[in-house]
Amino acid sequence: MSQSVLARNPSVLVFLAILGLFTLGVTLMSEWAGSEVVSTSFVKTLGKTLCLALVAVAMDLVWGYAGILSLGHFAFFGLGGYMIGMWLMYERTHGIVVSSLAEAPIPPTEAEIVGAIGNQIFGVVGSREFPAIWAFADSLALQLLFVVLVPGLLALAFGWLAFRSRVTGVYLSILTQAMTLALALYLFQNDSGLRGNNGLSGLQNLPGLDHVPQSSVSIWFFWASAGALALGYALSAWIVSGKFGSVIRGIRDNESRVRFLGYPVEAYKLFVFTVTAMIAGIAGALYYPQAGIINPAEIAPIASIYLAVWVAIGGRGRLYGAVIGAAFVSLVSSWFTGGQAPDVNLGFYTIKWVDWWLVLLGLSFVAVTLLAPKGIGGLVDLWTGRQAPDRHGADLGPDAGSLREAEAER
Amino acid sequence: MKPIILAVHVLIVSTVATLAETGPIQAILQEHGDLIVKSSRKTIGPAIEAVATSGLPEAQSVLQAWQVKSIWMRKSDGLFFLGERIDSRTYRLIDFDTGGTVGEFPKRELKNIKPNSGIRALIGTALVQFQLLDPDPDRRREALDAIERSPDASLLAPLRNSIEGESDAGVRARKMRIERLLTIAHGTGVDERVAAIEEMSTDLGVDVRATLNPLTRTEVKAFAGEIPDGLNVARRLSPGSDDLPREEAYALLVATGLAPATVGRDAVREALIANLQDDAAGGVQAGELGADEARMRAYGVLARAGAVPPLVTEAEIDAALDAHVFAAVYAEASPAVAAAAESALARIANRVGLSQGADLALDALSLASIYFLAAIGLAITFGVMGVINMAHGEFIMMGAYTGYVVQQFVPHHTVSILVAAPLAFAVTFGAGVAMERLVIRWLYNRPLETLLATFGISIALQQLAKNIFGTQARPLTSPGWLDGAWVINDVISISHIRIAIFVLALVFLGIFLFIMHRTRLGLETRAVTQNRRMAAAMGINPDRVNMLTFGLGSGIAGIAGVAIGLYAKVTSDLGADYIVQSFMTVVVGGVGNIWGTLLGATGIGFLQKGIEWFNPSNTLAAQTYMIIFIIVVFIQLRPQGLIALKGRAAGN
Repeated sequence: MSQSVLARNPSVLVFLAILGLFTLGVTLMSEWAGSEVVSTSFVKTLGKTLCLALVAVAMDLVWGYAGILSLGHFAFFGLGGYMIGMWLMYERTHGIVVSSLAEAPIPPTEAEIVGAIGNQIFGVVGSREFPAIWAFADSLALQLLFVVLVPGLLALAFGWLAFRSRVTGVYLSILTQAMTLALALYLFQNDSGLRGNNGLSGLQNLPGLDHVPQSSVSIWFFWASAGALALGYALSAWIVSGKFGSVIRGIRDNESRVRFLGYPVEAYKLFVFTVTAMIAGIAGALYYPQAGIINPAEIAPIASIYLAVWVAIGGRGRLYGAVIGAAFVSLVSSWFTGGQAPDVNLGFYTIKWVDWWLVLLGLSFVAVTLLAPKGIGGLVDLWTGRQAPDRHGADLGPDAGSLREAEAER
Repeated sequence: MKPIILAVHVLIVSTVATLAETGPIQAILQEHGDLIVKSSRKTIGPAIEAVATSGLPEAQSVLQAWQVKSIWMRKSDGLFFLGERIDSRTYRLIDFDTGGTVGEFPKRELKNIKPNSGIRALIGTALVQFQLLDPDPDRRREALDAIERSPDASLLAPLRNSIEGESDAGVRARKMRIERLLTIAHGTGVDERVAAIEEMSTDLGVDVRATLNPLTRTEVKAFAGEIPDGLNVARRLSPGSDDLPREEAYALLVATGLAPATVGRDAVREALIANLQDDAAGGVQAGELGADEARMRAYGVLARAGAVPPLVTEAEIDAALDAHVFAAVYAEASPAVAAAAESALARIANRVGLSQGADLALDALSLASIYFLAAIGLAITFGVMGVINMAHGEFIMMGAYTGYVVQQFVPHHTVSILVAAPLAFAVTFGAGVAMERLVIRWLYNRPLETLLATFGISIALQQLAKNIFGTQARPLTSPGWLDGAWVINDVISISHIRIAIFVLALVFLGIFLFIMHRTRLGLETRAVTQNRRMAAAMGINPDRVNMLTFGLGSGIAGIAGVAIGLYAKVTSDLGADYIVQSFMTVVVGGVGNIWGTLLGATGIGFLQKGIEWFNPSNTLAAQTYMIIFIIVVFIQLRPQGLIALKGRAAGN
């Protein structure tokens, strides 16, 4: 046990090396470096994909390792985006308001500036007063803290209530889905204080950096996303590698036995749930400045289900699987829905992928669940020579719910 | 003979027209000829009144012709006739008094009387009294509609006169009711109006409240010294109380010119900008004016110099408020009428409140039956079999689209619904069986993966429906006998389609209970659910039973889809809108128990309507709070659902 985490998890080093090379390659080929190979908008797409990969790692931690199918992690992702979006929007509007008021014959007072910002931001929802939740919007440090704190506290409160009452399995999934739905519906209201269904916009412009071209801003965010993914991946690998990881895998496979062995199951689950919510918040805070806009539709329950889809397709229970799944599905998805995929002419009917992509995704998802429970990540096993034991298709444990042979690793 | 000859002479002199053609209505028209030709809304009144009150049988036809712009004046003698168009240049003139044709005239010899819309409205009001006595009851009803649209004091007398001879009982009742309302608003005596108010104080109609409300409307007024006599004072107000905040009281004084206006921050800023000289105002440099304190100092200097109005201090505001008396004054002059209206409104409000409660309960019941309908299929697949089917909503959608497709081929609505219901069952039964065979049977031990796989099917089906039927909503038209509503009184009403859905929900409950407890399939289903191996040992084929049970649950979802499609628009999102609520219904009620599902649906329906009642303008908030409430109740109080299974049936 004296070996370091990295020595016990060679895949972490491989992953970090690949990520580093990828980041370097994209940087050199970007417009920032004077090359034309990778456009600024594609750098943004890649940066966003890295953020999605980070939230997928969080999802894998909570579902693939701890067995909690949370349908609420994209809500935490969105909350992180809202927290950073509040500061971006406030500061940028502040700059605009100050420069426009500076043309008046006498300088404005503080109250006048704040009033004008409020009018600018909340005019679309027929209000001009700052709601209480914007009290700290002028402080970058506090809003960055909230990026972690707000999703974390929400997850802590919800998880504490739910795990304490021993709500597990499918019931927990439905409850997390209901929580996400409630949050989205709440944010859709105009008087929620976050501009209703208009959401927060103009987030791609960094306050005070108007002179910096978007090609530079996009590459900065790309680096930040890559760095966050590297850190999040390493953190997750560290969490699941030691004794703690063994316990949460035990909870996934048979919760009651772990409890009978004397482990405080609820505390373990609560920890994983909260930490992954925080990671999701950070990923969201990096994602939405690159996307430029956030609105409540982003955190509808369907988004969280897609997150589970990515992890399942990539291969749950292994962290690189989540990254592969998120990157693969979101990039392929944008390729198909962006109209770049060639239409298939069947003679009597032409398949337009813009219309048929979701059908294909849904069916391939069913196929992955049924035929390849290990997902894309399972391909790595062929290469590393990991073989499942041949027990002729039986379950690996005495219970019907235990791992089946096809899912076992060694 | 002599007086007659004299009169003939006078007439010849005064009208120039030939005597024989001038009947009594023509005489009236001639008397107001100038006004009629001038056609001004301000002056036309006497002319219309003269015709309307002439008592002549032709008055109505004259007014009608006037209203539709078919009165023509012959330029040669100034007489008025009804004009009929023969061609674009020639008109046939008809005499109003005799009804006989006078002759055909070229258009250039005639002048058309064209009343503007204001005058036509006045004519319309004048016509009402004729319509009230019209032999056709429909015309009389139209006249009453016109009175309801624009109640006018002048209509009261003709309305009263028309009640006596009314033969149609329905129209008579309406006339009497409108007469009461007109009396309340425009009656002459206080006693008469109070009596009418008392009489109508048990009526829940919106029009009664609309008539009474203006009588109780008050306006806050400020008086220097004592309140003058002759005003109908509702109550005195003291500034600074909840009824009259200090700022409002002072703003009232300012608005009535009894006190100088306060100078707000914006006004200070404007004044400073206006008095900016050499980059300084009031001796303060412009650069320093970014703080409130500096601005006040500069403004004080300017005010002392007389350049700007002085600031109003708090003490001055208090003094001004002390010097005046505030009172809420009724717009209605008579205290007795105002008091009667107040008490009548209070009584009506009580009754309306009770009725609204009943109406809300009916609404909640109908919402509950919709939720129950959406969830009952799920109660079988999820509640009994334990399969999480996220595509359940899409089965509902498939049923609704089946109904839509059937209506494209079967135009008769009643028949099409009767065809659609079994067809929808067949379609979704088939889809359910196929899904069970192909996907779900491989995942019975892994509920989380069932959830995700069925979700994949759900998005595929939704997109498929979009590709086939497009994104716009498709109509599923209900039969004529389901249109309309059951109206109990002015507040309580429920549409027939909601009653039908309620009945359908009860029928489905009955079918479910019958199948589960009285048929072989139900027995086998329960056996397989409780102990699959034991059931297999007893000769039951569990695969077949699971397949049929799943098909049954899906088929019921299809029929529910037809019913929900009648009530809501058919879109590809139809199912997704109900899926979360359906799962909550089953889970909250307690899995595996149909009575729990019923209780869950009722609870959620009443809860949602109840929360909506607190905040009717914001249904989003209502749904949010309902979901949070359910989450908290569920995980805190009854994690096993409202009706939890006990003993062996509870399983693990």
